[in-house]
Amino acid sequence: MTFRDIVPTVVLIALLAFVPAFITANTVLNFLVFTLIISLAAQGWNILGGFGGQFSFGHAAFFGTGAYAAALLQARLGINPWIAFAIGTVAGAAVGWVIGYLSFRSGLRGSYFALVTLAFAEVLRILANAATFTGGAAGVLIKLDVRPSNFQFESRSAFFWIALALVGAVLVLTRWIECSRFGAQLVAVRENEAAAKALGVDTLRVKLGAITVSGAVTAAAGGLYAQYFLYVDANIAYGTWISVEAILAPIVGGLGTVFGPLVGAVALHGLGEITKLAAGSVPGIDLMVFGGLLVAAVAFAPEGIIGLLRRSARSKGTARHA
Amino acid sequence: MYSPAIIAEAVVNGLMTGAVYALIALGLTLVYGVLHIINFAHGALLTAAMFAVWIVYEAFGLDPYLALLPLTPLFFGLGYAVQRLVIGPASHGNDSNILLVTLGLSIAVENALLAGFRSDTRTLNTDYGFQVVEFGPLLLSKPRLIGFGAAILVTVLLWLLLSRTDTGKAIRAVAKEKFGASLVGIDVAHVYAVTFGLGCACLAVAACLLMPTFYVNPRIGQAFVLVAFTIVVLGGMGSIPGALLGGLFIGVVESLCGLFLGDSLGQIGIFLIFILVLLVRPTGMFGAKA
Repeated sequence: MTFRDIVPTVVLIALLAFVPAFITANTVLNFLVFTLIISLAAQGWNILGGFGGQFSFGHAAFFGTGAYAAALLQARLGINPWIAFAIGTVAGAAVGWVIGYLSFRSGLRGSYFALVTLAFAEVLRILANAATFTGGAAGVLIKLDVRPSNFQFESRSAFFWIALALVGAVLVLTRWIECSRFGAQLVAVRENEAAAKALGVDTLRVKLGAITVSGAVTAAAGGLYAQYFLYVDANIAYGTWISVEAILAPIVGGLGTVFGPLVGAVALHGLGEITKLAAGSVPGIDLMVFGGLLVAAVAFAPEGIIGLLRRSARSKGTARHA
Repeated sequence: MYSPAIIAEAVVNGLMTGAVYALIALGLTLVYGVLHIINFAHGALLTAAMFAVWIVYEAFGLDPYLALLPLTPLFFGLGYAVQRLVIGPASHGNDSNILLVTLGLSIAVENALLAGFRSDTRTLNTDYGFQVVEFGPLLLSKPRLIGFGAAILVTVLLWLLLSRTDTGKAIRAVAKEKFGASLVGIDVAHVYAVTFGLGCACLAVAACLLMPTFYVNPRIGQAFVLVAFTIVVLGGMGSIPGALLGGLFIGVVESLCGLFLGDSLGQIGIFLIFILVLLVRPTGMFGAKA
């Protein structure tokens, strides 16, 4: 990977960094931070699902681990939130490795892998909901103590920048994976696992690497969520909603592309807000649209928004040549 | 500690719940056996069926057991149409696409119900909802006993349909070898849709049997479908006797775990079995090679 490969990312992130200069409304910043958190979780999913072709239906397992680790370490043990956040990310990687080791070693793939990840997330949700250490169904509250050294800020812009920086870092990471030998092997596993194996790719190691990185990234999103909302409970952290969000954004944006999850998250949540404005505050109406959009994306735009953009760029290019 | 009577009652209650679980799992396993896909929309469709039972009861005063007559064919038709018009065309014959299309359907249906009915929990007030039957030392809920019998009956009927009729033969042929089936003149797309329709019809029956003693809200399907996944995996994907036995077994496990571990941890036994079976023997007890 050379510097040229990350120029689009750097430019995009630099431009987005100016957004808080123009938008100061708290509701809009809230929306943007939330969308970036979703994007980050989805970027994690995309590394495993998009590049590796292993569709996890339980990325909540990682998101929740990051969120709970961040919240519990500071609320129960008094550890500095920044360090708690980092530990949460590492914990997500560890959970990813364990789930990956158990399921990939048993040769689970396709629907079976989707089911087992779903089950792991559910087990974690039930445990977190029942254990006293996690605060049970009441959840964990992080004490309000607004200091930058405490990972709490006066303005929402600061959170926006941190979320943006993380999204940008993962964009670079994803781009690096795309260019690297590891990424090529991962795509080979996605396209034809048996052939990849025959050519000498250590498929188990490659898939394990992908799920570990994927788990870390999604756990970082969870940690950020906990730090932003200062509250976590089992249905938020380990709920199916985040597993679904993490799947939807890359597929709508562009599966297995660097920018797909970000584009998808922005498009989905932008559309969600518009739907809510149009239909009033009917619960579930935005998700109803998301579900329809998922079916439509699979049917008509299997390469997502990025694929549509590429296709239209290509057809314009050929038109000019002709 | 726990007296034998309490444990016996928990086991019998588990068997009764398990029979209805089996019925839900039956639809799932049938669709898997033939289309080789996991239908993630199964739970949302069950919720829709339960709401349908509630609507016909509230609007027309139709008894849930009588509602079987219109709702079963209605859901068969609905399932047929969904497979023929949505899942089939949208997935371009690619397995992972089918997975995503059914997931999208489930999100859309579930949230459409949420938008339409809000998250309120609704029940039916039938006059037999709390009637009990004395059975030796045990007191058994009458509607749940009916549910048990009816679920077993439907399983047997479905098994007869598959093993004795031409339609069943065509379904089994497509399940075994769809290319070969199409060569001998079987309309594969039609068989797929019929199978999906049968899966949905099972859900309508299950909904009618559940509603006299259960409640409905837009998220209820999720709880059932995870249990149904477990049963299907445990019994072997595509196996009808596996679904029945798996359902009864899981019903008992859930009931006993609930008794010993309390309500909030009760379901964990099911998921641990689920993960264990997936990791150790993903083909289940009766499943053919994956």
